[in-house]
Amino acid sequence: MEIMVEIKNLRKAFGPIVAVDGVSFTVGKREVLGFLGPNGAGKSTTMKMITGFLTPTSGTVHICGHNIEDQPIEAKMRLGYLPEGAPAYQDMTPASFLTFIGEMRGYRGATLKRTVSETVEKVNLQSVLNQSIETLSKGFKRRVGLAQAILHDPDILILDEPTDGLDPNQKHEVRTLIRAMAQEKAIILSTHILEEVHALCSRAMIIAKGKVVFDGTPAELEGKSPAHNTVLGTIAGVDPLVLHHHLMTVKGVKKIEELGRDGDLVKFRIYPDDGQWILPDIGHCVREQGWEVRELYPDRGKLDEVFRLLTTPKQTIS
Amino acid sequence: MGRIGVIFQRELAGYFATPIAAVFIVIFLLLSGAFTFYLGNYFARGQADLVPFFDFHPWLYLVLIPALAMRLWAEERRSGTIELLLTLPVTMWEAVAGKFLAAWCFTGIALALTFPMWLTVNLLGDPDNGVILASYLGSLLMAGGFLAIGSCISALTKNQVIAFVVSVVISLGFILSGFPLVLELFSGWAPQFLLNAISSFSFLTHFQSISKGVLDLRDILFFLSLIAFWLFATATVIDMKKAES
Ligand SMILES: Nc1ncnc2c1ncn2[C@@H]1O[C@H](COP(=O)(O)OP(=O)(O)OP(=O)(O)O)[C@@H](O)[C@H]1O
Ligand SMILES: [Mg+2]
Repeated sequence: MEIMVEIKNLRKAFGPIVAVDGVSFTVGKREVLGFLGPNGAGKSTTMKMITGFLTPTSGTVHICGHNIEDQPIEAKMRLGYLPEGAPAYQDMTPASFLTFIGEMRGYRGATLKRTVSETVEKVNLQSVLNQSIETLSKGFKRRVGLAQAILHDPDILILDEPTDGLDPNQKHEVRTLIRAMAQEKAIILSTHILEEVHALCSRAMIIAKGKVVFDGTPAELEGKSPAHNTVLGTIAGVDPLVLHHHLMTVKGVKKIEELGRDGDLVKFRIYPDDGQWILPDIGHCVREQGWEVRELYPDRGKLDEVFRLLTTPKQTIS
Repeated sequence: MGRIGVIFQRELAGYFATPIAAVFIVIFLLLSGAFTFYLGNYFARGQADLVPFFDFHPWLYLVLIPALAMRLWAEERRSGTIELLLTLPVTMWEAVAGKFLAAWCFTGIALALTFPMWLTVNLLGDPDNGVILASYLGSLLMAGGFLAIGSCISALTKNQVIAFVVSVVISLGFILSGFPLVLELFSGWAPQFLLNAISSFSFLTHFQSISKGVLDLRDILFFLSLIAFWLFATATVIDMKKAES
């Protein structure tokens, strides 16, 4: 895999506050890395250092082999960046703003015009092209920011909360756009929407207090959930003790937790050993016993839960 | 057109896209006219020159230029566009120069719009147009000096009111340092070379010597190097303070 972004031991201190504390990773072509982490974790600060806006206290950033501090221009030419909150010159129109960005990126004349109009089409800005940016809705402002970032078809895209504050339709559109671009780029995005990691990212990274506490695929992240691959069931007319007794004999079952009773209904959750897949065996057992099953389904576990576990001080899982 | 040119164009267009241009130019023209005619006794002097007009320029600039300069960087910081600008493939120097030159060019436009003053004096009499041209040049250079100071102060804070007030005070220092009144404060005890140094930093002295029509290279160099110094300071300050949002 072609390495596009290489970050080593990145650290940033604002006086006594250590915002980023020894972060290292690489991102390759066709990878979409999702940054997760609580507010103030250091996601934006990391991105600001990757894009050359902030100088790291220590550590290095290489963009396509160019050190961002020694060869900032070469590195920045390869980067597209949507800063947090999508800042833009408010008194400009999307048309004049994107033309300005295009010129700064070295486009002139007919190429400039074509590039701007192609970008405008990609992010659907046609309807507001000549309206001043300050009068645009949040969604359109975000799109202008996105347009500005992708205008020069960069090899690397850094997007700080690209879907923040968008309605579900716009979120969907932006995600589709990002997914389409992922084929030929390396993308780093940050988000507070955990499902987005599933929808978009090939890799997830959780940062807490400036440190990387998780780096893996979204599936691996899910696997960290204590509820991952557990089985939830509701069965009628069976003594819970009998139920417990039989289910515990199923291969791979570690623990059964009763969740509640409602008349003769018993609700329970079955935990597997080592997150293994036990649903078929449970189903088999239930059928053998001839129990009246109301519900029986697997739980993938909630990312929220994993997120909380990984980012709150008491870490109970490793 | 290089990247400085692109930034220059955007900035200059920005002045005219907002009411800033109109307000600034109108006030500049009104005040320079009022000063010249009422305070400067333009007609009563019975002389065909623009001395009273140019005499008031330092005081006019003292208030108007910081008002123009205060938003240069403070606004970029406040709105977060500084992050956008500085992550484009552009050097700090290009960004600082592009923005400064646009503001300077804008004051140049305002200054050029005072041409009716020059027309009037040519209609009424037979002035030395060489002196007038030199005065215009001196005025432009002085405006650049004030702007460069304002640019640096504007980079120090995102609060435009603070930027304005501090710029005015510093600019005032650069005007007053040539005044006998100020120099007398030092004259009793400070060594002569210090006195000379202080008075040599006066915008007033250099401007007045240029507007006498003597284009001394030293006066021009004074303003140009002062501009270079403050722009360098601007770049340094931005680099130091850009982290603070
Ligand atoms: N300019 C600054 N001066 C001082 N502290 C700062 C500065 N910028 C960021 N910080 C601090 O650094 C830490 C990390 O901030 P950062 O903006 O990177 O967090 P984040 O992960 O992007 O959070 P969010 O999810 O809220 O966007 C925070 O504690 C923040 O207060
Ligand atoms: Mg952030």
